[in-house]
Amino acid sequence: MTEQFEPVIVGFLCNWCSYRAADLAGTARIHYAPNMRPIRVMCSGRVDPQFVLKALREGADGVLIAGCHPGECHYVNGNIKALRRFMLLKAMLRQMGVEEDRVQLLWASASEGIILARKVDQMTEEIRALGPLNWSEKVIGGNGHKVAVAEPVAEEV
Amino acid sequence: MSEKVNPEQERVGVYVCHCGSNIAKVVDVEDVATWAADLPNVEVSRDYKFMCSSLGQDLIEEDIKEKGLTKVVVASCSPHMHEKTFRVACERGGLNPFMFEMANIREHDSWTTDDEVAATSKAKALTNAAIERVVHHQPLEQLPVEINPNTLVVGGGIAGISATLELANAGHHVYMVEREPTIGGHMAQLDKTFPTLDCSACILTPKMVDVGQHPNITLLTWSEVEKVDGFLGNFTVNVRKKARYVNEEHCTGCGICIEKCPFKVSDDIFEVGLSERKVIYRPFPQAVPKYPVIDKENCVYFQRGKCKACQIFCPTEPNSIEFEQEDEILSFDVGNIILATGYDLFDVKKIPQYGYGRLANVFTSLEFERMVNASGPTEGSIVLRDMESTPKSVAIVHCVGSRDENYHKYCSKVCCMYSLKFAHLVHERIPEAEVYNCYIDMRTPGKGYEEFYNRLLEEETNFIRGKVAEVTDAARIPEEEGKLIVQVEDTLIGRQRRVPVDMVILSPAMEARADSKEISQLFKMGCDFDGFFVERHPKLDPVATMTDGIYIAGACQGPKDVPDSVAQGAAAAARVAGLINLGTVMMEPVRASINQDECSGCKICNNMCPYNAIIFHEDREVSEVITALCQGCGTCVAACPSGVITGAHFTNDQLFSQIEGILWDVRPEKVTA
Ligand SMILES: Cc1cc2nc3c(=O)[nH]c(=O)nc-3n(C[C@H](O)[C@H](O)[C@H](O)COP(=O)(O)OP(=O)(O)OC[C@H]3O[C@@H](n4cnc5c(N)ncnc54)[C@H](O)[C@@H]3O)c2cc1C
Ligand code: FES
Repeated sequence: MTEQFEPVIVGFLCNWCSYRAADLAGTARIHYAPNMRPIRVMCSGRVDPQFVLKALREGADGVLIAGCHPGECHYVNGNIKALRRFMLLKAMLRQMGVEEDRVQLLWASASEGIILARKVDQMTEEIRALGPLNWSEKVIGGNGHKVAVAEPVAEEV
Repeated sequence: MSEKVNPEQERVGVYVCHCGSNIAKVVDVEDVATWAADLPNVEVSRDYKFMCSSLGQDLIEEDIKEKGLTKVVVASCSPHMHEKTFRVACERGGLNPFMFEMANIREHDSWTTDDEVAATSKAKALTNAAIERVVHHQPLEQLPVEINPNTLVVGGGIAGISATLELANAGHHVYMVEREPTIGGHMAQLDKTFPTLDCSACILTPKMVDVGQHPNITLLTWSEVEKVDGFLGNFTVNVRKKARYVNEEHCTGCGICIEKCPFKVSDDIFEVGLSERKVIYRPFPQAVPKYPVIDKENCVYFQRGKCKACQIFCPTEPNSIEFEQEDEILSFDVGNIILATGYDLFDVKKIPQYGYGRLANVFTSLEFERMVNASGPTEGSIVLRDMESTPKSVAIVHCVGSRDENYHKYCSKVCCMYSLKFAHLVHERIPEAEVYNCYIDMRTPGKGYEEFYNRLLEEETNFIRGKVAEVTDAARIPEEEGKLIVQVEDTLIGRQRRVPVDMVILSPAMEARADSKEISQLFKMGCDFDGFFVERHPKLDPVATMTDGIYIAGACQGPKDVPDSVAQGAAAAARVAGLINLGTVMMEPVRASINQDECSGCKICNNMCPYNAIIFHEDREVSEVITALCQGCGTCVAACPSGVITGAHFTNDQLFSQIEGILWDVRPEKVTA
């Protein structure tokens, strides 16, 4: 246990579905990996790609974005916008050498505590297998500078 | 971002809750509280048995007053549980309620693991995130919104009628918009209603008449909503009132025009194709309103310029037939909207092995319903497609398209009951006939429903438990000649059976209206995968939607029988009446705003907004958020390439600080943020 690498995952959960799914997982006493640290946003559409990059840069090994199922977003279609941004962000992360599995998107409705819990377990395992992200070495590269990375501009669709 | 707060000067109070043993059993709450006491900005940090108790709240109140706290963090349960409680406590202490943040260390932490070390470290991360976030909180004021006392009800089925009458009888004005020429919906087509078998028309028509005559109701039939703008309390709707070609002020509804019209077409809607109607028509005699409508597509005058029989024979002065009438667009304001657009029936032709359309004597439930209706095409006699022979045996197939992986997975809830009703009606009208009900499971939950099932068992209906595989006319033995053969596995005796019958009735799934997706977009609320409208909460808020001011009732929310539709109609009306009585409501100030000085005018946000709440000022080339329309999702904030849109209470500063805070233990040593 002590020797095992424990990844840190930041979870951006939408207020209406996924945050409540996590609430429900707790209320139903569903046990899952304690590695995901949730942050509430009103809608998955609020998740600026900068948040994800920021989390990875600040030491997270992975990021989970969770929203309502398509068609069920509290704000009509914020989750679809989140999906589009996610696709672009993934393409960008790939180019930066960040493994696919580190940033994942999940639809979980307020009644799907179990789905959220299982996803966290699964992601924890996947990232554990990948090892620590070490953004400053992996992404910025060993050029010796402690750089403040320019905040990438949010790309749009 | 233009933050007024100076984080250095903030004094934060941190309160870590034990929640009895709910949190304290797994999280070392004392450790978290002591640890937090040393964090920057923290003025006081405590742990307490029950923070939500009045003593716990007093603690916060006193500290605000005595220690001059400017911000408060409570690490306890979910904000969905107690955020309001603690905001109010802060307010009592003299702080703006938004100077508060909650860390969810119960639902998201102590209840999800037994690992005390991990749980405690997660609790620290969540608490620290809340502390780092809260120092960036800004005071916000709730937004007062006035409620226009008029209401729009869309759909004049029994659910819409129920909602409309409740509101109108309580003294409020209602606009009812119905797409067909008459109100009544599906219930008007039914003969008897289970389980009491009272005649549908007898209980429905008085209500329809009430709607037609009520001084508080503006009834717009043959009309559709085209546009909806606005928000809770202040919607503006545009309604297209289709040309009826009959002047509603002059027409007395005498019906002479219908009588004199020389042309007939198949009545595919009300009589589901079983009989014909005139080209100028009223769907059924008790239609409300009573004015007929000309079916332009089939009218010989409109198509060929000749006829005008209706006009020639119209006895009113001035003449009520107006061929030159055009669609009208009406615009009016309402405070709330109730959607009661009902359901469609599953198209049974999608299951070709059941033979509908190919085998003449396979009927749909709605066809049968019209047939047994005394005012229907056969005046109540049950006959085969030749419209004269009486069937000696009838099979009723439950769950056609329901509880089926290939079509709809859900149970349509009412089909078992009306299939039993059909069996009863066949026994009643043709006592010597054999009736077979093929069902998967018999579902009769409801007051008096199981009793009705027992009654049918006594009436000696043949119940076959099994899903019908096929309906065919290919006989294998002489007894099957000229019959329809229902091939079904009787799971109770574990055998395949071939049941030869004269008539087959299919009970199709109730499904969402074909246009439910467009309707949900028009009203800016959600529908689920199946197309049914989504309620705010499946148990605790079944008639509200996620959009303030929009309510749903009846079968548009999911399959439902008449009693449930009526109850939902009344429930939606009660919700609306409550708001009307309040007059003004306060809305969460979680809204976006655009810094007008820095907006580059790229318009990217304009299309992002699902509520069209962002307008573009052509003259100044900047965008602006209409605060009252904004619902606070933050999509535009994330989309703005210049970063000049602020999402109140979810600002970039607040979220970035929260991210930093949540990663306190793993952050690479101080990268410039
Ligand atoms: C064969 C059959 C037998 C049944 N028997 C029984 C029974 O015995 N007992 C029982 O309790 N229930 C029975 N039911 C169920 C019953 O029909 C429904 O519970 C009830 O009709 C639902 O009412 P509603 O108002 O929600 O929908 P609907 O009756 O479908 O009414 C919706 C109305 O909205 C209108 N509309 C739709 N879209 C729009 C739009 N965009 N703009 C304006 N107007 C619109 C429609 O024209 C319609 O008038 C039966 C159903 C079937 C199919
Ligand atoms: S509110 Fe859940 S994704 Fe939009």
